[in-house]
Amino acid sequence: MSFPHPAFIAGAFEHPTRHAPDKSTARLHAECAVGALADAGLSLDDVDGYFCAADASSGIAPLMADYLHLPRLRHVNGTEMGGCSYIAHVGHAATAIARGQCDVALITLAGRPRSSGQATGTEIRTIPPERPASPFEQAYRWTVAGIYGMLARRHMYEYGTTMEQFAWIKVSASRHAQHNPHALLRRVFTLEDVLSSPLVADPLRRADCCVITDGGGALVLVKPEIARALKRPRVGVRGFGETVRTNEAGRLDLLQTGAAVSGKRAFEMAGLTPSDVRYASIYDNFTIMVALQLEDLGFCPKGESGRFVADGNLMAGVGRLPWNTDGGGLCSNHPQNRGGITKVIEAVRQLRGEAHPAVQIRDCDIALASGPGLVMGAGHAHATVVLERLS
Amino acid sequence: MRDHALAGDPYVAEYPELLPFWEAAGQGTLVLPRCLSCGQTHWHPRMHCPWCRSGRITWEKATGRGTLHTFTVIHRRDAPDDLLAYVALAEGPLMLTRIVDADAEALRIGMPVFVRFMPTPEGRHAPFFAPLAADPQAAAPPVR
Repeated sequence: MSFPHPAFIAGAFEHPTRHAPDKSTARLHAECAVGALADAGLSLDDVDGYFCAADASSGIAPLMADYLHLPRLRHVNGTEMGGCSYIAHVGHAATAIARGQCDVALITLAGRPRSSGQATGTEIRTIPPERPASPFEQAYRWTVAGIYGMLARRHMYEYGTTMEQFAWIKVSASRHAQHNPHALLRRVFTLEDVLSSPLVADPLRRADCCVITDGGGALVLVKPEIARALKRPRVGVRGFGETVRTNEAGRLDLLQTGAAVSGKRAFEMAGLTPSDVRYASIYDNFTIMVALQLEDLGFCPKGESGRFVADGNLMAGVGRLPWNTDGGGLCSNHPQNRGGITKVIEAVRQLRGEAHPAVQIRDCDIALASGPGLVMGAGHAHATVVLERLS
Repeated sequence: MRDHALAGDPYVAEYPELLPFWEAAGQGTLVLPRCLSCGQTHWHPRMHCPWCRSGRITWEKATGRGTLHTFTVIHRRDAPDDLLAYVALAEGPLMLTRIVDADAEALRIGMPVFVRFMPTPEGRHAPFFAPLAADPQAAAPPVR
């Protein structure tokens, strides 16, 4: 008996731009929406469910829905969970479709941090006072890279992981990115290249950090009847999970991500295990975060990610777990500093057989897309989806 | 709150119930919230117990001691490096902070550290930490 998929991803579009100084963020949202709907064989007039997060008109979903002019809208969801919002939206949209709240759900992301001169990984952040932890964070001049540098050091301390092992993650991403004509970084990195790049947040180096790009992406989910009528390969939403990993009021285990919860729920709903996954998109804001999620998703035991990623185990055609075959956030794209949607998009490409031939996985029937939002230790969110290709 | 000396600090003014923490900080004292119902402490401070859900919270003077749980050296192009850290307080909670009065080369995970308050640009004093060897009190002979 086949799995009763509540909804199907019928359209996926990643904006080819990585630098858009002459376009507004709103226009990028619109271009992504049109691109994903055209991919599905639908139009904005078919959309009756809209999903977006903080990057869309200050997080006020009705304003972006107004701008896009969605006359048939009857379901709106502005869930904001940082960079993983769009992975969570896939689950929310599947739920809404299954409940009859909408038939054609549109998810959009766009932003222009590169044009705005942002350097979010390293710049000192002013944290708004309304965030409850802010009074106890603002004085320390933390950066996102700094937080993840601390995690990398702790992982090395507890498990003996080396920076050379983490570097394999970047090397693998770059091997894939060389085939992606839109990737910001297309050059192939060697271990030496990674280990000699400048220190950003010791022990993390620049090559351990993702790129900063303008751009965006969009997804279209539809109910099963519509999916059958469209002329695209059917990609079913088989499982999804999400969570907020709190800082445990000071008892936080810094090395356990929300993937332990969101992944478990997604696999349970799908009735599958990590060994069923043929391709994995795992959000790569920093090399250390890929390592932690591989452990928490169950691809390797806790503490063993360093050995797991070494020697090309994440490379398509080489390793056991082909990962981020578009080059990921480390090399290709990280629009609006939010990597969630591009993770789902590359998983859809793999399931459809539309990835670059050099990195396409043969008979790819089960794929995972998973990622974090916000920062570990401060409202860290996480979402995972398990997707299936139907013949 | 409106007439308080710290009223101009938005990070203090936003949370009137946490004023005792900042008043103690201004005196160079680290206080922690402790639940009167279950006896447990937590970080960062809030007036409801995250463990037993009681609303009976008191402020308790902490030892100011802890151990370095992990750290990083943030390198900046146009500003001095920062030593960002998580410190495990002697009372239990893990706390995001910054290490001061130390060379990065001398830092080791697990080393003892003690609290040191420094003024912020907004007005309040915030808890930073320094290696215990730099603590003048630690070097002094024990009080009899």
